[in-house]
Amino acid sequence: MLKYVVRRLFSLVFILLGVSIIVFMLVHLAPGDPVRIMLGEDATEADVERLNRIYGFDRPLPVQYFIWLGNALQGDLGTGIRSNLPVTLLIFERMPATIELALWSLVLAIGVGIPLGVVSAVRRNSWIDFGSMFAALIGVAAPNFWVGLILLSQIALYVTWLPIGSRGPSFPDALWAIATRLDFVVFWDHFRYVLLPALALGTSIMALITRLTRSSLLEVLGRDYVRTARAKGLREFTVVYGHALKNALLPVITVVGVQFGALLGGSIVIEVVFAWPGVGRLIVSAISQRDFPVVQGSVLMLAIVFALVNLLVDLSYSLVNPRIRYG
Amino acid sequence: MDSAHPASTAAPRRRMNPTLRRVLRNKSIMFGSVIIVGLVIIALIGPWITPMDPLRQDIWERYEAPQGIWVNGEFNTRYILGADELGRDLLSRLIIGARVSLLVGLIATGISLVFGVVLGAISGYVGGMVDDIIMRVMDVLLALPGILLAIAIVAALGPNIVNAMIAIAVVRIPTMARVVRSDVLAVKNEEFVEAARALGQNHVIVLFKHILINAWAPALVLATLGMGTAIVAEAALSFLGLGTQPPQVSWGRMLSVGREAIRSAPHVTLYPGLAITIVVLGFSLLGDGLRDVFDRRLKDT
Repeated sequence: MLKYVVRRLFSLVFILLGVSIIVFMLVHLAPGDPVRIMLGEDATEADVERLNRIYGFDRPLPVQYFIWLGNALQGDLGTGIRSNLPVTLLIFERMPATIELALWSLVLAIGVGIPLGVVSAVRRNSWIDFGSMFAALIGVAAPNFWVGLILLSQIALYVTWLPIGSRGPSFPDALWAIATRLDFVVFWDHFRYVLLPALALGTSIMALITRLTRSSLLEVLGRDYVRTARAKGLREFTVVYGHALKNALLPVITVVGVQFGALLGGSIVIEVVFAWPGVGRLIVSAISQRDFPVVQGSVLMLAIVFALVNLLVDLSYSLVNPRIRYG
Repeated sequence: MDSAHPASTAAPRRRMNPTLRRVLRNKSIMFGSVIIVGLVIIALIGPWITPMDPLRQDIWERYEAPQGIWVNGEFNTRYILGADELGRDLLSRLIIGARVSLLVGLIATGISLVFGVVLGAISGYVGGMVDDIIMRVMDVLLALPGILLAIAIVAALGPNIVNAMIAIAVVRIPTMARVVRSDVLAVKNEEFVEAARALGQNHVIVLFKHILINAWAPALVLATLGMGTAIVAEAALSFLGLGTQPPQVSWGRMLSVGREAIRSAPHVTLYPGLAITIVVLGFSLLGDGLRDVFDRRLKDT
């Protein structure tokens, strides 16, 4: 196991180096002089000078890369051209919001998807089965940002306690309020802000979990050991929830792991829809302002988080499923 | 029929190709095909069937509510699905926008298919260093969430529809290459490949004529499923202002402008999204069905 972890970490370093090359090249892929692109036509000599000092645009490309990488490794991703603030600061202010959103949508997707899938499998061919399978079919196909727009226009406008856009208190703040003052109001405030964006972001994965739970449970319910359990007179409840469900959830866990990373990507558009102050919205506004240091930094940081999440997911498989043996 | 011609029973009865029969019996393929054929027809004849001029503005009809096709007992063609922020007919714009969605999907998927098949085939067939290099590059591309990579590429190349297509294609290439590579690996050591080589055929012919012909099914399934992904990606990029630019009409852009009036005119965002959903559903039904018929191995992807 330790050998596997070390090997994965090693390849992770190489992949992130590759990502850093892509991110670095973003500025140079753009047609035209990068300095002019970033600063516009009416840039002053001093501005150009400042940019050259950070990026070394007057030097050869490989040298520029190593200057940039060296700075990045020391936590210096440059300064936002518009805001004049350090890019790392901008990102660290917003990353918690993005991760919080992704985690909540995962929680909602699992919390709704698995029970719905189980009910559909247990009551196969009932109206609830058809209903949830139809909803799941639509849920997988519908673009999450459109679901977000529909939630906004059809629900948020009519339900007074649901805010339209922006973020409430952070999750740690909410927990702190409960832990120190037994104050649940802050948590409620946190939750009502995050509910709709998380639902929109989690729609497709929720639909996926529902479908997969259903098919997996149906498959397991047909196995010999389940028949044995029934034959020895166990109650149906014990058979389904005590014996079958445990095995049926393994493929579901795999999918949840694979999809969690995708949530980070999907959150970019959702953040724009709900005015959620995360990294995704930062990237989109930086692109429209041609603020390349911010774009580069945010893409790099999201890639690192994405890679770490995938690593954790892979490692946790071997804990959940002892049948997987890593060499 | 056969019983009517007892004399002909001696001749072997013509049977339908078993694969074709499985395709025709597959409900998923049938439903998906109906949706996609519908989309293709609309995309082809769109400009001739729009009930109104999709570009004609009418400031007095801004955000006109949907009128339906039956008004005061008469057949109606004005603002069947309502109007957008400049008083343009929504249904007409949806019809015109179908073309962009389909085209972007086709071109992006086509590019990713070509590059994915070539890279995957070379990687699997040649092996060694070449394989390592190609696959490591693919790993790097997969290390970014798809939509983030697409956004980053468009940000660098500049926001327009061509760059959006390139970006979407690049995102899809690694998955395609991986699948093709594993198929080539699976077939590479079969005896018929050895036989072809022994007959003196060169590597290129062996690879493309003998190996890939046995490995096309998973790539086809993946490309079909990829059409849906590409269409959503185009919509997302256009929604963020990084895809289609005015005056081009696309479903994603319609969502983006509709967002401004989400309170007063929710219909402007409702219908384009519904169109995307239906089309994506069509491609995923077709792709799932094809996978069931041709390739059970891909089941969990």
